[in-house]
Amino acid sequence: MKRIIYSEIEGRSPQFYALAAILGVFILAGLASAFYMEHYGHYITGMSNQIVWGTPHVFAFFLIISASGALNIASIGSVFGKTLYKPLGRLSGLLALALLLGGLVILVLDLGRPDRLIVAMLNFNFKSIFAWNIVLYVGFMAVVAAYLWLQMERRMNRFAQLGGLVAFIWRLLLTTGTGSVLGFLVAREAYDSAIMAPLFIIMSFSFGLAAYILVLLAICRGTGRELGNTIIDRMGRLLGVFVGAVLYLTAIQHLTNLYAAEHAGGVERFILLDGGVYTFLFWVGQVLIGGILPLLLVFRPPVPGSENPNRRVATASVLVIIGAFAQLSVLIIGGQAYPLNLFPGMEVSSSFSDGVVASYAPSLPEIGLGVGGVALALLIVMLGIKVLRFLPASLADSAIDPHHAVSAKSS
Amino acid sequence: MSRKTKNPTATPGFDPVRRKFLSAMAAAAGVTLAPGVMLYGITRSSSAAARVPGSGVTSDVRWGMLIDLNRCDNGCDDCVSACSKENGLQGHGRKATDAQWIRKVDISNPETGASQSLPVMCQHCAEPPCVDVCPTGASFKRADGIVLVDKHICIGCRYCMMACPYKARSFVHEVLEDQKPHAPRGKGTVESCTLCVHRVDAGGQPACVEACSDTGGGAMLFGDLKDPDSEISQRVAKFATQQIRADLGLNPGVRYRNL
Repeated sequence: MKRIIYSEIEGRSPQFYALAAILGVFILAGLASAFYMEHYGHYITGMSNQIVWGTPHVFAFFLIISASGALNIASIGSVFGKTLYKPLGRLSGLLALALLLGGLVILVLDLGRPDRLIVAMLNFNFKSIFAWNIVLYVGFMAVVAAYLWLQMERRMNRFAQLGGLVAFIWRLLLTTGTGSVLGFLVAREAYDSAIMAPLFIIMSFSFGLAAYILVLLAICRGTGRELGNTIIDRMGRLLGVFVGAVLYLTAIQHLTNLYAAEHAGGVERFILLDGGVYTFLFWVGQVLIGGILPLLLVFRPPVPGSENPNRRVATASVLVIIGAFAQLSVLIIGGQAYPLNLFPGMEVSSSFSDGVVASYAPSLPEIGLGVGGVALALLIVMLGIKVLRFLPASLADSAIDPHHAVSAKSS
Repeated sequence: MSRKTKNPTATPGFDPVRRKFLSAMAAAAGVTLAPGVMLYGITRSSSAAARVPGSGVTSDVRWGMLIDLNRCDNGCDDCVSACSKENGLQGHGRKATDAQWIRKVDISNPETGASQSLPVMCQHCAEPPCVDVCPTGASFKRADGIVLVDKHICIGCRYCMMACPYKARSFVHEVLEDQKPHAPRGKGTVESCTLCVHRVDAGGQPACVEACSDTGGGAMLFGDLKDPDSEISQRVAKFATQQIRADLGLNPGVRYRNL
């Protein structure tokens, strides 16, 4: 295999500046949304005392779990020794940092008192999984930054595998923490389950890889860098495995609940059968668009001859991300929309929406804040690859695939 | 060097001004602390009395409430209006976001048609999930069992609202005006029933309990669950009582009878 040459992108084209400006506008809109929410209070959003976490949390959870998933590409290269993936490791670390930062900014700006962030840093309740997560997030940034340095400083390359192992374990802990934010909620039947941690881990594998594929394709297209079919085809198939695993764990999650009469007639019936928009989001958004269609796309029998898999894999990745938003909306918002069950078996009513399915419509400031976080993550990646050598000069099969020369010779 | 030349005759380390100051401070401290120590002794001897201002909350007491549903009328919400008045909870006409610390819940059995009405508020759990999940420790339980939110530390993440099985908490969704000095609230923080801690600490009863006995059916009884002589302890010892979501094992301080 040839030695991999990494280089910055030039980043001086009008398109580069235009894209950066567009992202900047979205970031400003996100900040304006946050300011608007803090100034008037959260009543101007769709969130309420029934739906206490809304669209900002869907975006934040998506970005945070995708962040740990995006790091998998680097892990596959350095921890699991897949040579083909090694040149992709640096971008993987950068994307992981950027996505996490975008997600955290959303979470913080949605707080009732974001000005008290320092309070959250200084007052720790160690029984709270939220407090642990603060440690896990900050630690993730430090670990990934160190891991990037080990990869990028040639003299330190020999420690990259060790750094990768630490980062891989840390990212598993991180997503366990994120899933447990919901899993530890004993009072809510939509969440209270140990499956949340592994479900979130496998969701992160899938969403993070989809995000990585799209970012990589966009960069290569924008900069004209070569990108071989082998790596994209491989990543597409890997995405398929992860998508299948998400479907599997989702099935187990719901089957287990359906078995219990306690849940079967309640929240399960709501999500799967008569929950209106949430039922639609589950079957059409999460299962069909985010599950079955991407599977068909990536595992479709190959067309004879040299087919370019980019479009197919990119489409699958977009579908996976649409499905991800559907899944997180069903889980986070749908799980709260179904009323808390204080009096099992009884019909309940009150002035405080007891026994009533809560209505929720995302407001513009919430969406603005969420999109702003995504834009921030993308802008960080853009600036990152402009100033540092995150990307190989070429990702052509001949440059990165160790089997390429052999297979070319034998054929 | 320059310090020594200022007062060459002084004994090293001796400063008459400092000595006078220190003795005055010691006397002042003694005068300040003595009554506190005395009062501490008094409060220790009379359990379940009002908390003496300045003294700590003691775990010798566990405040609780027993609500007898046979005496709670369907149409009566005197406890709710008393709470709103006491704590200055003014709605903005927005049902989904207005705060409610106590509410009347009507329940009916769809199979038999039997129906009841009961007040539900923070249940002041012995094992409160809101306290467990709070990242900053703003949600806390006092030694006497009252669960509160420290509005200075609350960052408004609403995780406690996700964790509470009783839907007892509200987030302050908009700007507040005309607050009661004894019940401070803040936009962007979470709040719930304080068991009228300001009244309890002064030896009184929660406003809802008082209203219920004045104009309602006298369904609510407040007292110390740890004092075997208190009325509430005697009643929970004599009659079967129920807890909402007893399956969660949270040991709430609010108990119901005839639920």
